[in-house]
Amino acid sequence: MSEIAQPSPIAVPLGAVRPLLRNWRRHVPLMLVAPLLIYMLVLYALPVLAMLLRSLNDPTWTLSHYTALFEDVVFAKTFWITFNTSVIVTLGCLILGYPVAMGLVRAKTMAPLILVVILLPFWTSVLVRSYAWMVLLGRHGLINEGLLALGMIDRPMRILNTSLATQIAMIHILLPYMILPIANALRQIDPSLLRAASGLGATPFMTFRQVILPLSMSGVAAGTLLTFVLALGFYITPAMVGGPRDITLSMLIAQEVDQLNWAYAATLSAVLLATALGILAAARHLPGVGNAFRMSMR
Amino acid sequence: MNRTDRGASVSLAELEKRYDRVNAVDGVSLDIHSGEFLTLLGPSGSGKTSTLMMIAGFETPTAGDIAIDGTSVVAMPPYRRNIGMVFQNYALFPHLTVEENIGFPLKQRGVPKAERARLVAEALELVHLPGYGERYPRQLSGGQQQRVAVARAVVFKPRLLLMDEPLGALDKQLRENLQLEMRRLHADLGITFIYVTHDQEEALTMSDRIAVMNDGKVAQVGSPEDLYDRPSDRFVAGFIGESNFLPAIVRGMEDDVVITECDGALIRAMCPGRPASGDRVTLTTRPERLRFADSAWNATTPQNRLSVTVTEAVFAGERCRYMLQATDGTSMVLKEPSSAAIRRRAIGERAEISWSVADTILV
Ligand SMILES: Nc1ncnc2c1ncn2[C@@H]1O[C@H](COP(=O)(O)OP(=O)(O)OP(=O)(O)O)[C@@H](O)[C@H]1O
Ligand SMILES: [Mg+2]
Repeated sequence: MSEIAQPSPIAVPLGAVRPLLRNWRRHVPLMLVAPLLIYMLVLYALPVLAMLLRSLNDPTWTLSHYTALFEDVVFAKTFWITFNTSVIVTLGCLILGYPVAMGLVRAKTMAPLILVVILLPFWTSVLVRSYAWMVLLGRHGLINEGLLALGMIDRPMRILNTSLATQIAMIHILLPYMILPIANALRQIDPSLLRAASGLGATPFMTFRQVILPLSMSGVAAGTLLTFVLALGFYITPAMVGGPRDITLSMLIAQEVDQLNWAYAATLSAVLLATALGILAAARHLPGVGNAFRMSMR
Repeated sequence: MNRTDRGASVSLAELEKRYDRVNAVDGVSLDIHSGEFLTLLGPSGSGKTSTLMMIAGFETPTAGDIAIDGTSVVAMPPYRRNIGMVFQNYALFPHLTVEENIGFPLKQRGVPKAERARLVAEALELVHLPGYGERYPRQLSGGQQQRVAVARAVVFKPRLLLMDEPLGALDKQLRENLQLEMRRLHADLGITFIYVTHDQEEALTMSDRIAVMNDGKVAQVGSPEDLYDRPSDRFVAGFIGESNFLPAIVRGMEDDVVITECDGALIRAMCPGRPASGDRVTLTTRPERLRFADSAWNATTPQNRLSVTVTEAVFAGERCRYMLQATDGTSMVLKEPSSAAIRRRAIGERAEISWSVADTILV
């Protein structure tokens, strides 16, 4: 065309918007998660941050709440109990869970049934399960009555409200988080490797030691990590079935909040969160950890 | 020690493997001699892998017996059988280095560390991979992984080596190189090889004997020449190499040569049996053994002759390939070396073809 177009008044804004319009498809994923993102930000992240801030600026900006922890005997004891419980529970889950994961992977027709049994705890609330354990472990609970009837004890044992009760109940609740990542790792082992090992002269036990176990270590690492971090934050179960002296960090935090000791509660929360995040960050590079997270979130 | 003493003899008797409804292996009887290179050849699903798995001990036969060196091994777990095995996907342990992979069978046998290192180095030498010991399997090419798998399977000096399509995943060039290496390895070790493949060319070039399998059964066992020149049935003739099939009617016998009538012509064929006059039979010949009767070519052996029409002519470099049709409609293939001295035939041209009686088999 020969005539030169005059820039119209609306040409400028349109020109600025055009690249945005052209690229709108790129932003679709962001647009899809935006509602949830905003929800989480406003109702979860901001309150958490505000809470954590209290450990630093209550009453004025200070690190004294943190430095005080170093001489705090109650904190030291609680931290130790929490850590200790988590270690025992994680080990318990590992010892009980590994064989179950193997069974799950080996089973053919039974696999769906085993999976349902493993996942059953997922579909019941922690509160309900903790109540169930109170019923089972109580002075006149199923376990004591059973042992009495069998004549193995003469009077009811104290199981409920001991550390053992906490450990038993927590292992039950956390088992799936151990089993699923391990089963996932086991499932990825090429069956021809097991045949090869056997053909090369390895007995079933040697095959387990030298092939199955090392190749499932990524799942073991992931399951251990997940279980341990989750165990650190347990509150309801130890509060309900645990011993009176077995105070975990979460319980201590709740206590302090009840007493409106906001700064102290916030400091403890920050420590708990930092411990969990620290462990996750340290283990982030372990192979299979990413997989395990995906598994547990199915 | 005598060369053949190093290899195990394997005897399969009426071996059968039944899955739900399929008879994967259906009464296989086979005697594999000490030190032999025997190939199980057959189309997909013919039961080759199943047979091998039973010999290795990974599957239990539903009937029949497997004897190694005269002793039944059916009740013996795989880890006691002392058999080397190379899998199609190599099955190298991904968490172990090449050295540890090859040392694996030695470790299970309690071989001390120093001795193990020496044997592993020897095995790496054998498969031309010295210096690769520290690598992990994923750091090797397919061909190198295959060699490691072979080294691992022979390092503990088994008397029998089983291989399930060990070259199946490799490209043609590499396959041909490794085929030669396998032959050399077999000659060096002197142990018995049982080799599975569905590639007939590979089977023909490598084996002392081939067992052709079809539908869970052994169709024919014999040397490559036996199978190619004297196939026992139509399946073997069609599966190994290319074959022409001619319907014919038996008219009489002359010693071990049968005289048949085919498309109005008398055709003589080799036949081990004694078919009755009037029987309807099928004759088979190889395309490269047919000739145009008028080309300059003096036959000194008895010949068969047939009139045909050329229906298709394809130039394929070293050969010309003609599709022919007899007057009764039977189509045949003729392959002729390409040469400037030989006249190319045109489509529609009528011609007389001839071929040796010795190359005609009644199946
Ligand atoms: N575990 C199994 N369960 C059921 N059927 C099976 C099983 N394994 C093999 N089969 C069947 O048995 C038959 C023989 O299988 P096999 O694997 O021995 O064949 P093959 O000759 O090795 O074939 P390919 O060349 O494809 O490897 C097939 O029909 C197959 O479907
Ligand atoms: Mg197979």
